[in-house]
Parts: sequence; structure tokens; C-alpha cells
Amino acid sequence: MPSPASSGRWTIRGAISRRQFALYAVLGVLSPLLVWTVLSQTGVVPAIFMPGPLDVVRRFWTWVVNEGFVGDLTISVQRVSLGFLASLTLALPLGLLAGTFKPAEAFLEPAMDFVRYMPAVAFVPLMMLWCGVGEPSKVAVIFIGTFFQMVLMFADDVRKVPMQQIEAAQTMGGTPREIVYKVIFPSAAPALLTTCRITLGWAWTYLVVAEMVAANSGLGYSVLKAQRFLQTDKIFAGLIVIGLLGLFQDQLLRGLHYVLFPYLRRQ
Amino acid sequence: MTNAIEIRHLCKSFVTRRRTTRVLDDISLSVKAGELVTLVGASGCGKSTLLRIVAGLEVADSGAVLVGGRPIAGAGVDRAMVFQDYSLFPWLTVKQNVLFSRRLAANLHDNLALERGAEEERARKLIALVGLAAALDAYPSQLSGGMRQRVAIARALMSKPSIILMDEPFGALDAQTREVMQDLVLDVVAEEGTTILFVTHDVEEAVYLGSRVVLLSPHPGRIDTIYDVPLTRARSAAMRVEPEFVALKRSVMERVRETVGLSHDRSAVGA
Ligand SMILES: Nc1ncnc2c1ncn2[C@@H]1O[C@H](COP(=O)(O)OP(=O)(O)O)[C@@H](O)[C@H]1O
Ligand SMILES: [Mg+2]
Repeated sequence: MPSPASSGRWTIRGAISRRQFALYAVLGVLSPLLVWTVLSQTGVVPAIFMPGPLDVVRRFWTWVVNEGFVGDLTISVQRVSLGFLASLTLALPLGLLAGTFKPAEAFLEPAMDFVRYMPAVAFVPLMMLWCGVGEPSKVAVIFIGTFFQMVLMFADDVRKVPMQQIEAAQTMGGTPREIVYKVIFPSAAPALLTTCRITLGWAWTYLVVAEMVAANSGLGYSVLKAQRFLQTDKIFAGLIVIGLLGLFQDQLLRGLHYVLFPYLRRQ
Repeated sequence: MTNAIEIRHLCKSFVTRRRTTRVLDDISLSVKAGELVTLVGASGCGKSTLLRIVAGLEVADSGAVLVGGRPIAGAGVDRAMVFQDYSLFPWLTVKQNVLFSRRLAANLHDNLALERGAEEERARKLIALVGLAAALDAYPSQLSGGMRQRVAIARALMSKPSIILMDEPFGALDAQTREVMQDLVLDVVAEEGTTILFVTHDVEEAVYLGSRVVLLSPHPGRIDTIYDVPLTRARSAAMRVEPEFVALKRSVMERVRETVGLSHDRSAVGA
């Protein structure tokens, strides 16, 4: 009988070397790419529905050179940043309050729980009515999509701070204010940053939705317009760019996590 | 001389949605300055609650706690607390943890702050006292459970509290480490002269450390017996096997068991 504890790579929760991990990761990326290439090159799927990878790269280059890709990218990044930062600035103090003080929790959480179940996308018409078709309406949709969730998730992060840390500070004479700033916030900081990382991903989703519904610039808008003109290659390029941006930003925040919280590193 | 801690007729009940449970019933106890008193009793008999009331983390329904002759009002720098675990600040190094109280306004104007460099020096001295001089800049996550509790003790001592309250501080440690830590506590008392109220469920620990062992009986928590420990203050490992020590340990353990039985009888009658 093979011993289950030593059956190599496929042991339950077993470890593999970095090289093996990289190998599987590359395989995971290459295989869909391969399937895609085969499907498009053999003509199984017509190019109008699925252009080949090279066509997409070429189309992307045209977008960069002739169709203002950098402008689309900039405006999209700007919308996400504004919406997300506005959300963060308001949600952080509210989340800290709701996670620390029961009256704040009672005041904020049931109401926000209600609002968060309204799909942010459904607010687009209202935002257009209130803010017009300009920038504020897109920023507002991103804000609505992230703010309520963020407050609730921040409050949860804050509630996970061990009571012993708080009480230790109380027996050292810490005032409530000092404890919020010098214990609760730093203690919850890694979890708060992780929440930011997750909600920033959502912010991108809402951005693309908002741009598809109500914009005349940006990545989401470009993808939608490409569909109108049957430029499938540009749709592909747009989707891949949006995916890469998300990946990039996720890695950036992971890096920030690593740099800011050295005490969490495995020794 | 006034007692370091004087607990007078303390009562405490917890109200849950279903019912009101009396946890502490008329507890009175005096602890002299520099004394180390241990509290034992069956699980759930109110040891932690009593300690938390003295710390000011919980409020009694009636009765009073006097520290240095004055009634307490909430938590204060004169009473430090050492918890079982998870109380260190993981984002701070050992030294920063010990110095943490210095960041709080309540400690800004004590005599430590007045002297230049005194805080730093005291932190180093305390860290050396608990045997962690080599780990000054380590993070708690890099330390073993026993080392973390050493830091917690040094941190509690930092602002020179007159009293340290310890709630099963070694409950999560293995037996060998626990014995080493017990001797450390005795060293600290000898060095700093701090009064200690020490909760444990380990009767041997209670007898080894305490000059008196207070036994609480459960449901509701009442002082059942106070044992004077007839041993010299200079304890040593050899003492653990001396007949006197063993005999006392055995009688406390038996009594703890009896108090559990008593409470069952009582609740059976009440039901
Ligand atoms: N905050 C609380 N709310 C309700 N009941 C509590 C609370 N804290 C403790 N109790 C109850 O009080 C009793 C004594 O608890 P505790 O003081 O922790 O006992 P011990 O430390 O001796 O094990 C237990 O029955 C416990 O369930
Ligand atoms: Mg307890």
C-alpha cells in the first residue's frame, strides 16, 4: 500500500517547491492560451467571434497608436481612484466607529446592510439624473458599489482585534481615544488593507459597468463601442487589459502589505 | 499599614437574556503590600470576574475595592494585568511592547518620565530581568509562548504598578516552561516588591507561589477557605516534593473537588 503521507505533490495540503509552483502556474496560463490559439487558427470558431492572440496584440497596438488607449486608461484609472478614495476616506472612520462602539454599530450597520443589497448598477440611472453624464456620475457609482460594503467589512476587521490587547491598554491607563488610535487601528491595519485590496477589485467592476452604460471615454466604453462595430479583437484586447490592470493592482497592494507589516512575515 | 488591596463585600451578577446568574457573592479579602496571593477554584467559579473587577475592567454590583486605601474608579496605571495570551501588540517589538505604556498620556507625568533616559533604561532592565535581553528587537510572532508571557510581565511592570493581576498567565504553557515562569514571578516580586493577585486552576502552582491560597467555591463564587502556606518565601524546585508542600497541595485539591460537588447538590435542591 502506498503511504498516504508521502505520496508527493498531490498530498492533501502538502508543500511543493517554488519551481514546481511556478511550473504549474505557467501551465495554468499557457493552456487556455493554447486552446485559444488552436480554436482560432484552425477556424473552428470564425475570427469574427474569436480572433487569434496575434490579431489581438496587433489590434491593441493600433489602439495605443491611433485610438487613444492611454487616454482611455488614464480616465478609467482616475475614475476608480476618485471613487475608491472617496469611499475609503468615509468608510474608514465609520468602520472604526461601528467596530468599536455598540451605538455606532446599531446606528450604521442595519441601515448599510439594507443598502448594500441594492445592486450598485441599479443606481446608474439615478446618478445620471442627479450628476449628469459627466465624471461625477461614474465616480458616484463606484462609491456606491464599494462604500457600504467597506464600512461593514472594516467594522468586522476592527471587531477581530483581540479584547486582551484592548484591555491591556486600558490597564495601562489608555483613554478610549488613545486605544482606538494606538491599539485598535494598528492591530486591525493588515486586515483593513486586505479589505481595501478586495474592494478595489470591485471598484474596477463597477467602473466598467458605469462606463458601458454612461460614458464616452474609458476602457469600458471602448469595449462597448468595439462591440458596436464588431471589432472582436478590440473587445479581447480591452478585456485582457482590464484583467492585467486588476492583477497589477492586486500585486501592488500585496507588496504594500508585505512592506508595511514586516511582523507578519514567516521567519 | 494599609492593605495594598482591600476587597469588601463584593457581589456581581451577570444578566443574560434568559436569567440572572450570581457569579460573586459577598467576597471580602485583604492583600498586604508585597504579598503574593493565589486564587484557585473550579472552572467558572468567578476567579476571572473577581480579578477583572479589581483591575477595573468589570464593575461590581455592590461592595468596594480599595487600593492603597482608596476606592478604585475604573482601570488605572496602579494595577497592571497579565492575561493568558494574545495581549501583546504583534506589530511592536519586544522593547516597543514594554515601552508601550509610555505612549499613553496617563503615564506622561510620572517620575519615570521626568528623568532623562530613565524609561529606556528601565525597559532594558525589565527585559533583562525576565531573561529576554537577547530578544529586544524581536516581534511577538518570533517568540515562544513562554517568551511572550515574559514580555507581558515586563510590560506590566514598566510603569511601576503597585499591583499586578495575573489571570492564568501560564495556563497555555507546557509544564517545564510553567515551572521556570513561576520562579520568574517570585524573582520579580523579590526585585520589584509588587503585590500580586494570581489566578490559576493549577493547585500546585497556587501553593508554590502564594503566601496564601484563596479557594473560591462555585455557583455563586464565595470564599471557601484561605490557606496559609507554611513555607519560606525563598521557594525552590526541591520544595515541590517536600511532605508539607505535598500535603497542602493534596488538601486544597480535595477541597476544590468537594466544592464542585457542593454546588451540584445545591443546584439539585434548587431545581
Ligand atoms: N460577560 C459575561 N456575561 C455573562 N456571563 C459571564 C460573563 N463573564 C463571565 N460570565 C460567567 O460567570 C461565571 C464565572 O466566570 P469566570 O469569572 O470567567 O470564571 P473562572 O475564571 O473562575 O473560570 C461563568 O459561569 C461565566 O459563564
Ligand atoms: Mg478564568
